[in-house]
Amino acid sequence: MRGSARLLPLLAAMLLALAGAALQAQPAREAAPPPGFRDADEERRFHALLSELRCVMCQNQSLADSNAQIAQDLRREVFDMMRAGRSDREIKEFLVERYGEFVLYQPPVARHTWLLWFGPVLVLLAGATVVARIVRARSRPAAAAEAGGEEQEW
Amino acid sequence: MNAQEPHPRNRPLARALAVGVAFLALVALLLYGVLVSDRAGRDALPSPLIGRPAPEFSLPVLHEPGRLLGSEDLRGQPYLLNVWGSWCPACRDEHPVLTRFAMGKRVRVVGYNWKDEHADALRWLERYGNPYWAVVVDYDGRKAIDWGIYGAPETFLVDADGIVRWKHVGPLDEGVITSELEPLLDHMGVPR
Repeated sequence: MRGSARLLPLLAAMLLALAGAALQAQPAREAAPPPGFRDADEERRFHALLSELRCVMCQNQSLADSNAQIAQDLRREVFDMMRAGRSDREIKEFLVERYGEFVLYQPPVARHTWLLWFGPVLVLLAGATVVARIVRARSRPAAAAEAGGEEQEW
Repeated sequence: MNAQEPHPRNRPLARALAVGVAFLALVALLLYGVLVSDRAGRDALPSPLIGRPAPEFSLPVLHEPGRLLGSEDLRGQPYLLNVWGSWCPACRDEHPVLTRFAMGKRVRVVGYNWKDEHADALRWLERYGNPYWAVVVDYDGRKAIDWGIYGAPETFLVDADGIVRWKHVGPLDEGVITSELEPLLDHMGVPR
């Protein structure tokens, strides 16, 4: 139930994105790059870059997926900067300077992002410890039974 | 060995206790999350501009389309920059609060009319009243990116040296003004 409820907006967003892409690509429907892009490489770079940037308004969508006004403006800005010959890194820096590291789906590894990067590993380790202890506890009585009930440690 | 019996009995009890404590801790964490989720501005992004010079800009004035107003003109005295649009319902909500604050004449309140239509913006101000010292317009939203604006309303406080001192995302209310803005102005030595 919840799954489908969550899937619905996602589907809608995907459809909208598709519709948007279709609109842009209409005059040349074949493999030719859509108007606006010089070639397929440029288009690929644009989409790759956008998928690494988070929409600041609708915080769980990438800049590529979002239809919020600000996302459209930022896409235009990114495109213009690409045209101006700026590197991906420069474009990301430009956005981080204005919107903060939040816009990056992959924030840099630094002291203040340490928990973000390695927190999951810590949780995994904690889980592994618990599992290991349970497994050990379960195998112990069996071993003790085989050894003839010698086990009296507890 | 019968002496073994009472001892292992304690073990499940201790384990149940540990699981219980862990469960309660989890419930407490989730409860905290639910309570915090209610807080206004929970997902407001902290602005990297705080403590840094405000972006240079020079934008047309709403009421005198030929005239430009920019960061250089505003320097020398602090100002509050309030991002709004006639399309924005929350701007309507904060309008009386902003008006009250502006009437105190403590700092200039500059309107930043963002992604709006000229006629709509003028009509909005006529209908609800114009609290602004001046309104600059940014209809294509290009300059707004330099400010890190991502919605309306947003409000910035810029000091006399052109440094951004504070930002509030979302509608201003009396609480924000008395607990954040006014104390900061006191701290900056802006006379009441």
